[in-house]
Amino acid sequence: MTTTRTRSADLPTQDLERVTIRFAGDSGDGMQLTGTQFTRTAAVFGNDISTLPDFPAEIRAPAGSLPGVSGFQISFSSSDIHTPGDEPDVLVAMNPAALKTNVGDLPPGGALIVNSDAFTKSNLSKAAYEGNPLTDGSLKAYSLFEIPISTLNERALDGLDMTSKQKDLTKNFFALGIMFWLYERSMEPTLDWIGQKFGARPVIAEANGRALKAGYAFGETTELFHTHYRVKPAHLASGTYRNITGNEATALGFLAASQLADRPLFYGSYPITPASDILHQLSGYKAYGVKTFQAEDEIAAIGAAIGASYGGALGLTASSGPGIALKSEALGLAVMVELPLVVVDVQRAGPSTGMPTKTEQADLLQVLFGRNSDSPLPVVAPATPADCFDVAIEAWRLALKFVTPVVYLSDAFLATGAEPWRIPSVDELPDIHVDNPTDPATFRPYARDAHTLARQWAIPGTPGLEHRVGGLEKADISGNVSYDPDNHHRMQMLRQAKVAGIADDIPLLEVHGPDRGDLLVLGWGSTYGAIRSAVERLQADGRSVAHAHLRHLNPFPKNTETVLGSYRRVLIPEVNLGQLLLLVRAKFLIDAVGYDRVRGKPFRISEIEEAATKILEESRP
Amino acid sequence: MTEPNKRAARETADPTPLSAENAETIRLTRKDFVSDQEVRWCPGCGDYSILAQTQKVMPDFGYPRENIVFISGIGCSGRLPYYMNTYGFHTIHGRAPTLATGLKAARPDLMVWVITGDGDALSIGGNHVLHSMRRNVDFKLVMFNNRIYGLTKGQASPTSEFGKRTKSTPAGSVDTPIIPLTIALAAEASFVARSVDTHTEHLQATLNRAGFHTGSAFIEVLQNCNIFNDGAWRDFTERDVREDRMLLLEHGKPMIFGRDRDKGIRLAGLRPEVVTIGQDGVTEEDLLVHDEQAEDPFLALMLSRMFWPQFPVPVGVLRAVPRPTHDALIGDQIEAAVAREGKGDLAGALASGETWTVE
Repeated sequence: MTTTRTRSADLPTQDLERVTIRFAGDSGDGMQLTGTQFTRTAAVFGNDISTLPDFPAEIRAPAGSLPGVSGFQISFSSSDIHTPGDEPDVLVAMNPAALKTNVGDLPPGGALIVNSDAFTKSNLSKAAYEGNPLTDGSLKAYSLFEIPISTLNERALDGLDMTSKQKDLTKNFFALGIMFWLYERSMEPTLDWIGQKFGARPVIAEANGRALKAGYAFGETTELFHTHYRVKPAHLASGTYRNITGNEATALGFLAASQLADRPLFYGSYPITPASDILHQLSGYKAYGVKTFQAEDEIAAIGAAIGASYGGALGLTASSGPGIALKSEALGLAVMVELPLVVVDVQRAGPSTGMPTKTEQADLLQVLFGRNSDSPLPVVAPATPADCFDVAIEAWRLALKFVTPVVYLSDAFLATGAEPWRIPSVDELPDIHVDNPTDPATFRPYARDAHTLARQWAIPGTPGLEHRVGGLEKADISGNVSYDPDNHHRMQMLRQAKVAGIADDIPLLEVHGPDRGDLLVLGWGSTYGAIRSAVERLQADGRSVAHAHLRHLNPFPKNTETVLGSYRRVLIPEVNLGQLLLLVRAKFLIDAVGYDRVRGKPFRISEIEEAATKILEESRP
Repeated sequence: MTEPNKRAARETADPTPLSAENAETIRLTRKDFVSDQEVRWCPGCGDYSILAQTQKVMPDFGYPRENIVFISGIGCSGRLPYYMNTYGFHTIHGRAPTLATGLKAARPDLMVWVITGDGDALSIGGNHVLHSMRRNVDFKLVMFNNRIYGLTKGQASPTSEFGKRTKSTPAGSVDTPIIPLTIALAAEASFVARSVDTHTEHLQATLNRAGFHTGSAFIEVLQNCNIFNDGAWRDFTERDVREDRMLLLEHGKPMIFGRDRDKGIRLAGLRPEVVTIGQDGVTEEDLLVHDEQAEDPFLALMLSRMFWPQFPVPVGVLRAVPRPTHDALIGDQIEAAVAREGKGDLAGALASGETWTVE
């Protein structure tokens, strides 16, 4: 760390490698927007970033109440980072409720910036504070900065033709301005954004711009802060970058798959948190021939997607756990008729409605086994927001090559979290080849490719290939309805073998760290960042630890058993109660152990580090 | 004409394979639509006749076989696609309209028929019927109504009479039945009709009309299940009584029925009443004139509520109005986007939004 003097404000600037900020306020306070603006600015500046929005399911819970608190955490760094940070260095709390629900995550010595204007008797009581935490000494462990943000902001907006209430709505930009100053950020990207967003309403644009600049100026002129901080750009691989959330990357991946396969994308969907943004984004791709359909329910959404696939399009549907439960029967139909289809499950905390905006990865067993009978299908899961793009393409590659429904497991953390993404050129994307039969002389509805066991995808409009498919068991080859006992057994085995055979077509499981050793930490999905960071810390301490991350959950990569067998112990951290653990133990007879936390939040690096350390200590000879 | 109606009228005028000229060119016959599968309904089932009439009218539309798709749900009716030598998809219970919606959106060039029953369409699949009709998805939904669950061997269906004794309702059904045509009209279906399995010529004519309609067509076929609900419609469909007990609807014609063509329907206040021409000074001029193209659905709704024994049972086309189809509207939005933005370029989408370059 170096300390220099800046010319402008004559304050010392300290270089930091990484900073984590959490903005917290009422859900009407614009915290998501504030966080997003800071994210854009940090990304464009060249920092590596990782974000974690955390918002309530209620759109507008009563103002000032505990359930109404909305938060946005961003970690930005001059080095490669994998998570949005275990705990914030700075907490910005816009009201008592935000303070109460978030201060527990702030480590002692952390900076706490509060809008002191919001600490009224009424707000304190809504947040169930008996006294005033700003005066009762309960916050003495933190560097507390009390700023009358509302008052200062209203003063800055003096003379504008707005009500007090309207003016108060811009106070989040005042807070953002303070943070921009503190971390030496340019206001330009946000000022540009304000200009574009509110161009038609000059008073609103002026107010937001003034609020931002006033906050920045407050940081510059006040005596409150004795220093400000600089986080230099990260050394990312060369290329053009954009900031991307998991849902955005997922939608883009599907668009890319459709373009690569030269087949139109049809997306059937019913609104559900946290998957709805995929519908919003895909509905903007009409110029690419993407057809989106907001169905009457989850079943209609998948039914329409199957119908579109039957017609030769890429039929796609997405939901979250409760909606996937509704789609199950239709997904079984897709298994039986063997049509290409991709079903996205953006997992959230359950069971039942659970906590709709909170993350969990507990639908793995549902998508593998939650259908009647043996009903095998491939399952893939992205590891990071940017990885969603590649895995979305992979889902379609498998669906089309093996003529099968595929489940794509994302989750709320991946869906709403963001990171920088190096934009690939179209040439580096995989080839997706699609073949539809046209020859009546050789076509048999349930004849299979000798290598992939895929049946042929014959689409209506092809003369001479008229045939019937459906949910009833089909005779091998001819596809006629069949109740023959031996045929049913054969067909069950064929369906199973087709999916199992995909293992020959997917990359081997890669290990980060030594090829063999004391401990392998095995993960899947959004736990990637926390596991990777924890393993890197342990490796830096000289521990014999490696990390492997599964993107294919059915079938597993061919070398999975060998990899697992190369370590004395295997730890499987999951945001569920041990679902991959169950599969690994059952399939490979390996005494792996789990580490499960289902708090609706992603893992902290320290949690995994501790769990891994505990196992290493236990197994020490 | 309103804007949407003008549009639909234009569409109807578009040259499509749906034309008598094309039928002349393609020259298919009923036999071309018979598949090689053995038909497995109970002997004496009304489904045989519906299948035969469907196969008979298929050549009328001028579509090559490969451009026709039959999609069904679950129930005895669900087997029909296996017997049609076209593309066919026997789906799951109640969901045929959803697959048809996706198929039609992806492939507007196909002619799509949905085959369903009273349980499949109005119980488990009620929601999908409602929404596909309001969207005016361009498929023809043929609902076999036998007022019973046949394939599961005789439970009450949503159209079973109140008090009906079945295996599942030994003390009589406590559920009020719903009226399929009223439901279809309430859901804004642009074509609503009724026919009878055994009235073969009428059924053919009705299916023909439905096939040439652009948009959602809802056709209720009164069908006899001779095993579990024999004679469900016998009281008014039998040859010797049907003229007195059924009202054959014809567009632009007064509502006259009866063996002697002397009975008619007159409006008394807000309700229909049966009158006899020549009695109490009633003349043909007093009778309601059928208008299947009326912009408001009131007349059709009234007809949908008329039933034996209070009234003769109306059969034929209750409503046929032009309205833009779901797939055409989706297609228009895509065309408009391409015209506005140019054809989408993947590299552009990947690099959209704010970007920065790392050297």
